[in-house]
Amino acid sequence: MKNFKSKLMVAIGICALAFGFQSCKPKNAGNAVSGDAAAKAYVAPGKYDGFYNFVSGGFSGQMSVYGLPSGRLLRVIPVFSVDPEKGYGFSEETKPMLNTSHGFVPWDDLHHEDLSQTNGVIDGRWIFANANNTPRVARVDLKTFHTAEIIELPNSAGNHSSPFITENTEYVVAGTRFSVPPDNVNGDVPINSYKKNFKGTISFISVDKTTGAMSIAFQLRCPGVNFDLSHSGKLKSGGWFFFSCYNTEQANTLLEVNASQRDKDFIMAVNWKKAEEYVKAGKGEKQTVKYVHNVFNEKTHSATSETKTEVIVLDTKTLKDICYFIPCPKSPHGCDVDPTGEYIVGSGKLAALIPVFSFTKLMTAISNKDYIGDYEGIPVVKYESALYGEVKKPGLGPLHTEFDGKGNGYTTMFVSSEVVKWNIKDLKVVDRQPTFYSPGHLCIPGGDTRSPDPKYMIVYNKITKDRYLPTGPELAQSAQIFDITGEKMQLILDFPTIGEPHYAQAVASDVIRNSSVKFYKLEENTNPFVSKGESETKVVRKGNRVDIYLTAIRSHFSPDNIEGIKMGDEVYWHVTNLEQDWDVPHGFAIKGALTGELLIMPGETQTLKWSPEKPGMYPFYCTDFCSALHQEMSGYVRVSPKESKTALLFSTGKNLAPNDSTIVKN
Amino acid sequence: MKYITNLLYTTFFLALFSCNQSAGSDSARVESPDTTKLAGGQENVQDNDSEKDVVKIAVSSKDHTTLVTALQKADLVTALSNAGPFTVFAPTNEAFAKLPAGTIDELMKDAKKEDLRNILQYHVTLGVLKPESFSDGQKLGMVNGDNVTVQVKEGKITLNNSVHVITSIPASNGIIYIVDGVLLPPAAK
Repeated sequence: MKNFKSKLMVAIGICALAFGFQSCKPKNAGNAVSGDAAAKAYVAPGKYDGFYNFVSGGFSGQMSVYGLPSGRLLRVIPVFSVDPEKGYGFSEETKPMLNTSHGFVPWDDLHHEDLSQTNGVIDGRWIFANANNTPRVARVDLKTFHTAEIIELPNSAGNHSSPFITENTEYVVAGTRFSVPPDNVNGDVPINSYKKNFKGTISFISVDKTTGAMSIAFQLRCPGVNFDLSHSGKLKSGGWFFFSCYNTEQANTLLEVNASQRDKDFIMAVNWKKAEEYVKAGKGEKQTVKYVHNVFNEKTHSATSETKTEVIVLDTKTLKDICYFIPCPKSPHGCDVDPTGEYIVGSGKLAALIPVFSFTKLMTAISNKDYIGDYEGIPVVKYESALYGEVKKPGLGPLHTEFDGKGNGYTTMFVSSEVVKWNIKDLKVVDRQPTFYSPGHLCIPGGDTRSPDPKYMIVYNKITKDRYLPTGPELAQSAQIFDITGEKMQLILDFPTIGEPHYAQAVASDVIRNSSVKFYKLEENTNPFVSKGESETKVVRKGNRVDIYLTAIRSHFSPDNIEGIKMGDEVYWHVTNLEQDWDVPHGFAIKGALTGELLIMPGETQTLKWSPEKPGMYPFYCTDFCSALHQEMSGYVRVSPKESKTALLFSTGKNLAPNDSTIVKN
Repeated sequence: MKYITNLLYTTFFLALFSCNQSAGSDSARVESPDTTKLAGGQENVQDNDSEKDVVKIAVSSKDHTTLVTALQKADLVTALSNAGPFTVFAPTNEAFAKLPAGTIDELMKDAKKEDLRNILQYHVTLGVLKPESFSDGQKLGMVNGDNVTVQVKEGKITLNNSVHVITSIPASNGIIYIVDGVLLPPAAK
């Protein structure tokens, strides 16, 4: 027994040691969070975050704005999808934003974003976003955090390698993911005529320096392949743009297998300065197309749609010195340029290495015509002649790379679920950390510009199993913040995201926050249906169209009693928010409306179209808790049969005159 | 065997304890906010663009310094900076001066804070009452729980038969009526 006891004591001692050690160890396989992580991600109540993080919403079609390092959700900006919460796509004023050549498109898939830059530095004016499904590019104004403009792209399908910008926001680019027959030829051709009939198109959208207004400057007609991602050159390579492409096999079925045949696909280097020269010299073809351009006017608080019918196309096969192909292993995905502009990183998602190309070597190779041949008329530079070197065995499935401006690249590894920090000069891996799970894009503030602000790195993961409390079959996608101020990357926080995050942008908050608009000035409101005071409110009938000019202010609508609406009427509620106070929107909702609500910012006018379905009494009310008397902020509208003689009357604060609804019999 | 069980428990708690200690030292490094020192609310928001709220209007008036001091003393600045909406009857300095000598000094003492609050809250009602919203004989329920009676004669508004409305000023979160006297709630009369 004694022997047993002593053995047991030893066993317990070991057990205790192990227990104590194990339970206090700051890192373990499933968690990898060290002790001071909470402090690093903590932002005290009432304190601002140091950074804005603009995260793409993927299949939500929207853009979300988070604070870093807290991971607090600050705003969801509706861009390509309707948002009944904000009335976006439901109000008459915002509906035109979602017009396309196909009609009103209420949804899209927003993958990538790029903040506007001046001299290669984020200037905080606008952020651009792409629609991946029905090809479009949007510009969001960062004074208001509203979508200001959306332009559709002709000759395109699947706008994926977009909306990346040049260093002075001269252009936003858009490269087609799905090559298709151009819009001006018959697209009703056999699918297997891909090689003959399908073309890849790259669009260069110019951006007005002052207003941000977008316009398609020119398009490049390229071989039919799948353009995937892109980034502008910088400094010495500033006149160039780089696009990754896959499916150089030109497969049109089972791409999973058939587009993975070749050892190498391409990164396409585009000399956009040269393309500009050709356009100026009149070398572009004017092609008849149809695309829609939507602009939101901040003074009328309304969007307008314009259909455009022409685009200038440059043929890259005949205009030889615009495009060059660089072989890049195994279906490259990410295409990223380091802050110096010298190194171009291609991430072959099926490759066991990361090739790093040298811009200087590329230029030499082009001037020496150091080609291995051409691909559909475009020169293919010899791989070794453009290559600076390869990061060997970085991990499995490299996807995207961002930079810290201190000589390091950070690459996500989808297959091995990790993020890898590597030195650009010696191409050696410096650190690797697991991510949970299966990372796609990553973001360092300014990490794709000349001057990164490398305090944090955020990795956006596709799979979240076991990271959050279960919520049924689908879990929120997860962003993970790493502190990258040290040699080793340190995971400090997970935060859930809206939709599926792809690319993201981040910038120090003071670049944006001081120019944020607090409200719209009522005296500058030129909406044709504005009421600048309660004395201007009215109800006007023209045939079966009834325009109700309504105002909202704490805590009533004017008018709030309306009679004389009849079946068959098209009623337009034009609600002006008279408040001139920050963060005091009013909402407007009416029973039975087959739309959404209106959410009207201070000083703004928004319109809800309503066609009552049956006679009766319809209450309307303010949906945004505005004041202590918010529940009182309501009204009634009476709907009478079509043939009734109910007079059109309206009032606030006093009863209407007797109003007989006797049906007139002829 | 009981001995062994005890030993196991002890071991377990030891392990837990050592762990708690390390967690404790970790949390000591977290700079937690001193929430107890967070004073005030919306009045601290930096905003020179929006229309002024009732407090900011009062603060900008040289005729209402007594009222502003009293509001501060009574901790009512935050409430009146919030969304409202408020109708505020704002006695001028002259109006306060009409009170018996020493009344204001007395009310400003810490011990009289509740009385001061009661009087000031008797000057505020929830809702935006525009001049045309007043009618003769109307009773207004004030924030302190008592009523004010309104007299309207030839377009002139009087409160409790004694305090006269001089003018009105719209505010972002309500409306201010400048009045020539201090309204005294029934209990304080």
